[in-house]
Amino acid sequence: MQAKTRIATVSLSGCFGCHMSLLDIDDRILKLAELVEFDRSPINDFKDFQSRCAVGIVEGGCCNEDNVEVLESFRKNCDVLISVGECAITGGINSMRNNIPLKECLDEAYLKSPGVYNPLNKIPNDPEIPLLLNRVYPCHEVVKIDYFIPGCPPQADALWDVLVALLSGKAPVIAYKNHKYD
Amino acid sequence: MKQGTAHITANICNKFGNDRTRLMDIAIAVQERFGCVSHEAMEEIARAVGTQRVEVESLVTFYSFLSVKPQGKVVIRLCSDIVDWMKGYSEVAEAMARELGITMGETTPDGAITLTDTPCIGMSDQAPAALVNSVVVTHLTPERGRQLVRDLRRHLDPQQLVTMVGNGNNEHPLVRSMVRNNIRMRGPVHFAPFEPGKALLKAFELAPSDVISEIKESKLRGRGGAGFPTALKWELAANTPGEKRYVICNADEGEPGTFKDRVLLTECAEQLLEGMTIAGYAVGSDTGIIYLRAEYRYLMPYLQSKIEGRLKQGFLGRGILGKKGFNFDIRIQLGAGAYICGEETALISSCEGLRGDPKNRPPFPPQEGYLKRPTIVNNVETLCCVSRILLEGAKWFASIGSANTTGTKVLSISGDCRKPGVYEVPFGITTRELIELSEAENVGSLLIGGPCRQMIGQVRLDGQICYDDLATGGAIIIFNGARNKLEIAEHYLDFFIDESCGHCTPCRVGLTLLKNLVHKVISGTGEPADLDRMRDLSNFIINMSRCGLGQAAPNPVLGALEIFGDASGGFVAERKPGLLPEFDLSKAVIDAELRVGRQSKYV
Repeated sequence: MQAKTRIATVSLSGCFGCHMSLLDIDDRILKLAELVEFDRSPINDFKDFQSRCAVGIVEGGCCNEDNVEVLESFRKNCDVLISVGECAITGGINSMRNNIPLKECLDEAYLKSPGVYNPLNKIPNDPEIPLLLNRVYPCHEVVKIDYFIPGCPPQADALWDVLVALLSGKAPVIAYKNHKYD
Repeated sequence: MKQGTAHITANICNKFGNDRTRLMDIAIAVQERFGCVSHEAMEEIARAVGTQRVEVESLVTFYSFLSVKPQGKVVIRLCSDIVDWMKGYSEVAEAMARELGITMGETTPDGAITLTDTPCIGMSDQAPAALVNSVVVTHLTPERGRQLVRDLRRHLDPQQLVTMVGNGNNEHPLVRSMVRNNIRMRGPVHFAPFEPGKALLKAFELAPSDVISEIKESKLRGRGGAGFPTALKWELAANTPGEKRYVICNADEGEPGTFKDRVLLTECAEQLLEGMTIAGYAVGSDTGIIYLRAEYRYLMPYLQSKIEGRLKQGFLGRGILGKKGFNFDIRIQLGAGAYICGEETALISSCEGLRGDPKNRPPFPPQEGYLKRPTIVNNVETLCCVSRILLEGAKWFASIGSANTTGTKVLSISGDCRKPGVYEVPFGITTRELIELSEAENVGSLLIGGPCRQMIGQVRLDGQICYDDLATGGAIIIFNGARNKLEIAEHYLDFFIDESCGHCTPCRVGLTLLKNLVHKVISGTGEPADLDRMRDLSNFIINMSRCGLGQAAPNPVLGALEIFGDASGGFVAERKPGLLPEFDLSKAVIDAELRVGRQSKYV
């Protein structure tokens, strides 16, 4: 039996909405399961790459050091990398902090904001908590990205059409109706 | 004190008839009086001319010679065009900044002197140059820069910096400037003797429509660069019904590397004013406006005296030379430092007392221009040609130049050559001939028509200067083989980004994205795909921008890429998969490391 095409997915600084949209392909997910094998992905909860993948789907932008690390490993382990959704492509809602210095953001969140109970007056510093970047970066400013699927979230049909095209070796095209929102 | 400001401002407004359309003159006068147009002044102006304060603020913040914050008594504007960079701008800037004890863009603590930079001031043949208030200083060196600052500190009088005057009318008591004309080649159209009034009499022998026919027969095309047939423009204006029409002379030559209009204004003022009067006669207009760029303000008293002289001689005013019913008057509208105002619809906006925003076309200015009236906007050189055509005849004019581009062209040649200056040459001359004339050696590339036109390399040296081949508004900038063409392109992108009016996104955002790409490639982190991206983005900006600025700004980039051809592989390389070279994790996490007090485990 021919090995199935391997796909990895990840949500960096996103809301998992793009992954939800992927599930929105409804019963076509059965067909997808026939075509591909999921590697590292929240869908099967694998935390590391099992082997090299043909396609990597990235939701969310990079707001902390772990995001960068994960994105780098996606770039190294996937032949084609797709930025999916507003956050991956532009930084999204998270990037609203980009005009405010990081120090002010942290101080406001953990020290100054009304209702904060922080008797030690310290910014949380557990090694498990990844360090924030000075601003939120869209994925293509961190690694090379091959394709972009816009939307917040992108429509299930858009995701499906792009995946099917890539899997069948065609140039992906998103139909106008699938990225028209008004 | 505040009362005083309001009072003086109100008087200034009154002097201009509290006319909303004269907002430029009002703002310039207030700026000159107070060193700024403060919020209080803006409020007073708005009240006086009957508009909103934001309208005034929108104008003041648009033009670089106007400012909301107070500037020094003396403002030194060092020209930062690429030719000035090549001739030592950085060293001069550093020397002057150090002598003043401030950095570029600052004012000395005592409020005496401001040091700032400005794009091309039309002195590329005598660079590095600077404007000190409206006084031009040329051929600067670090030592002369320091001396200039010391002298200014002593007397704060820019005019005293002129210890030696230039040649020609630069010696005129009303000019007294150290600017040199550097006329290297005199042609028959502009630099032959000109007797005021004669061309006008010739025009009066003809009916206005026959004057237009004469211009048509001469095949005169606009000298600003676009090459629109002058007669067609005039015809359109003459045939558009209306009580009043306007003739505007575009003396806002802001295209970097262009300075020929400066020389024409200095040496051929009579010919220009006569050309405007003839244009007025031909299209049925009684009002002319010369839109003079702020950088050439030092020529204003001289030009004004020429206008007054012609009034006395009966070449301007009512019933000119006894021609009943033909009245024509000319006023000078001063600009305030905005490249975009060289574009005719932006220029009209500026004359109307608005921000220099381009207007939508159609309607075209000959149909609906200044104050919504039919208006012709012609370049200084075009109008000078008109006088000569009337004198010598259309046939004579059409016999000069190449088949489709008749007459001569006044070129401003600068850059890496031994004889920078102004050359009046017949159209059809080749680039190779120009290189020989200007004694340039080891030429790597040329900008024909300045950055908004095209950059060419060795391959096109036999190209002809004419509208069918290499079109130019006059600028020829020569670069030797050692100059990095992409760096030249980047320099001009900075210029265009600065001068973009910001109205449309392709230009406002696209140019910055393009500059980032160019910078990436120059800094050695580019990939082959970046070159395609540069081409795609350039074409996108050209196709989607609203006015000529965005439509032209990517040209140097495209030119550089074309010259490189396949050799551009040397600048870019395929990268290994991983983080992009321009992304620096250690810089991205340093803020968090400092605030939290722990090092990133990935750095």
